[in-house]
Amino acid sequence: MSNIGSYERVKKDFNWEIARDVMNWKDGELLNIGAICSDRICARGDADKTALIWEGFGDKRAEYTFDDLRVYSNGFAQLLKEQGIEPGDRVCIFMDKIPSLYFSFLGILKLGAIAQPLFSAFGDESLEVRLASADTKAILTTRKHVRKVRKIKDKLPDLKNIIVVEGDPAKLKDGEVFFDVESAPRIEEFDVFESNSESPSVLHYTSGTTGQPKGALHVHSSVWGQALTTSWVLDLKDDDIYWCTADPGWVTGTSYGIIGPWALGITQCVLDSGFTSSRWYQFIQDNKISVWYSAPTAIRALMKDGNELVGKFDLSSLRHLASVGEPLNAEAVIWSGEVFNGLQFHDTFWQTETGAMMITNFPGMEIRPGSMGMPFPGISATVLDLESHEPVMEPGKVGLIAFRPGWPSMFRSYWKQPDIYRSKFVGAADDAMPDELRMNPDLWYVSGDRASIDKDGYFWFVGRDDDVINTGGHLVGPFEIESALVEHEAIAEAAAVGKPDEVNMEVVKAFVTLKPGYEPSDDLELNIMNFIRKRLSPLAMPQEIEYMDRLPKTRSGKIVRRYLKAIEWGEDVGDISSLSDD
Amino acid sequence: MEEMKNVVLEYIVDEYLDEDDEDEVSFDSPLISSGIVDSFSMVSLKRFVENKYSIKLPDEEATPEAFDTVNSICVLIKKHLG
Repeated sequence: MSNIGSYERVKKDFNWEIARDVMNWKDGELLNIGAICSDRICARGDADKTALIWEGFGDKRAEYTFDDLRVYSNGFAQLLKEQGIEPGDRVCIFMDKIPSLYFSFLGILKLGAIAQPLFSAFGDESLEVRLASADTKAILTTRKHVRKVRKIKDKLPDLKNIIVVEGDPAKLKDGEVFFDVESAPRIEEFDVFESNSESPSVLHYTSGTTGQPKGALHVHSSVWGQALTTSWVLDLKDDDIYWCTADPGWVTGTSYGIIGPWALGITQCVLDSGFTSSRWYQFIQDNKISVWYSAPTAIRALMKDGNELVGKFDLSSLRHLASVGEPLNAEAVIWSGEVFNGLQFHDTFWQTETGAMMITNFPGMEIRPGSMGMPFPGISATVLDLESHEPVMEPGKVGLIAFRPGWPSMFRSYWKQPDIYRSKFVGAADDAMPDELRMNPDLWYVSGDRASIDKDGYFWFVGRDDDVINTGGHLVGPFEIESALVEHEAIAEAAAVGKPDEVNMEVVKAFVTLKPGYEPSDDLELNIMNFIRKRLSPLAMPQEIEYMDRLPKTRSGKIVRRYLKAIEWGEDVGDISSLSDD
Repeated sequence: MEEMKNVVLEYIVDEYLDEDDEDEVSFDSPLISSGIVDSFSMVSLKRFVENKYSIKLPDEEATPEAFDTVNSICVLIKKHLG
C-alpha cells in the first residue's frame, strides 16, 4: 500500500494540515528546517539511525547517523556565529556533494541565516554574479573551489568570511578560515534560531530570458510541502534507502536531497563521483537503494548504455522510481519498466520557484508514458490561453502552466526584485506587494512552461514559453551566455539558443559574428567553448558555434533569438516581417 | 602512441586543472568517473581530439567509459586514425 493511498480520495479531503500529521507534528514545536531534519529526528528516538550513506570517488565511503547530523550541523552553526554571521545573512555553500555540504546546510538554517547553495561547477563569473546579487556575507567552500572565490573576492565588498571545510590548512591565504567539522570539537548543544513560518531559509538562483539570474527566496514553512510530497509522491517509508541524484546547488538537491527525506527521518545516499552507468548501478546494488529520484538526462544516458549492462547488477532492492528536471519521454518510461523489474519512472513537474512538486505521477496511478501526471492534492493547476490568459477548457489545447498561489513551499520573492516577482502573476495590480500576491486566490502564478491537459486531467508538457534553455534538467539563461560570449576577444555579437539533444533535451548553441581580423576555424570554436565553460559553467558552454556574417535583428537592432531557435528545431519561423533587411 | 598520450594529457592538465592543482594526472588516471572532466565538459575534450587528429568520433563510441582515461581516449583515436 502506498503512502498516498487513493489519489482521488486524498484530493477530495485535502488540506495542508495533513503535512503535520505525516510528520507527527506537535503544537509548539520549533519550525526550523535545520532542527527538524536533525534534532527533531533524534528527539523522536532515531538518533542512531543512519541518516547519510556517502560515497566519493575511489573507495571513499562514510556513514552518518541523525545524531551526527545534529552535532555536525551544530558545529557549522557555532562556527558561523563565532564568525559574526547573524540571522538573515546569506551564506553560500560552494562545494561538491561532500558530507560537509549537508551538515553546513542544516547548520546555516539552525543559525537563522539564509543558505545560498551554488553549483560547484560554476565558473568565477557565474559565482560572482550570484554572490553580488545576494550581498552574500560568507562562503563555505573547499580547497578545490576556493581558487574561484579568490579571483573575485575583491569585487565583493560584502563577502567577509571565506571558510574552507577540507584540505590542507597550511595552503590557506590571508583572511581565510579553515574548519573541518569532523575534526573539530563536537558541539552537543546549540541554541537554534526561533524561526517562524515566514522566516527566510534558502535562496536558490534561477535563470530567466533577460537579465542576470534571479534569487528565489524560500522560507522555513516550505517543509510542509516538501515533506508531504516526499511521503506521497516518492512514497518514502521508515525502512527505505533513498537516493536523490541531484546536486544541492539546484533546488531538487535541497528540497528532495535534504529537506523532504530528512524531515521524515529517512536514510539517504549520496554519490559524489562522475557519472558512468556502471558506477550508478553499482551504487544502487551496494547500498540496496529502494527509492530512486533521478533526472531524464541521466535516465537517457543509462538507456543509451543498454540493457545488457543493467543485467550485470542486482537491482532487486529498487521498488519505486521517480524523475524530475525536464519532461521524461515515453521511451524512457517504457524502457525503465522493461529493465527495472517492471518499475517505471514516475515523472514529476515543479521548479525552483514552486519549492516542491506540483504536477506528478503518483504511486498506484496509471502512468501515461510521456505525461507529467496530475496536480498534487491542494494544488490548483491549469493551462492559460496564450493570448487571453484565461484557463483553457478544451482538452489538448496548449497553454501556459499556471497555479493558484498559496501553497506552503511557494517562493516568497525574487531577491531584491519585487517587480519581476509581480510579473509572474496574471492579473496582479501594479503596486501589489509579494505577500499580497502569494495569498491572492484570484491570481494565477505562471510557471513559464507550456502544456496541454487531456480529457482525463493528465498534463502533457510542450516546452518553455520563453528563450530559457533547459539543458540536462538545468535552466540556463541566454542573456548570461551572450554577455559572456561578447567578452571573448574574437566575438562582435552573439546569440544563444537551445538546440535539440537526444540525452540532454537541449544543449546550448551559439551564433556569433566575429570582429575584424578573426576568421572562423575549428580551433577558435574550441577556444570559445572553453572560454564559456570556465567563466560560466560546463552547462552554459555552447556545444556548437555557428559563425554568421550577421545576426537576425529587428529594425530596432534587437537580436531575434526566436528566429534562430525555430530553425534549429525545424519549426515555422513565424512572422519575420519585422526583421531588418540590413 | 606515447606522443599522442602526452598531447592529450597536456591538454587535460591545461584545460581542466588549475595551475596549483595538487591532483596528479597520469595516462591511466580516471577523468570522468573522478569528476575531473564532467559529462558536459567531455564535449570540449572530444572536440579537441577531433580537431587535433582530423577525425570524427561517433557519439555512440564517445562514451564516458571511453573517455575515462588518456589511455582509453588514445585507443579510440587510434581506431579512427586507421
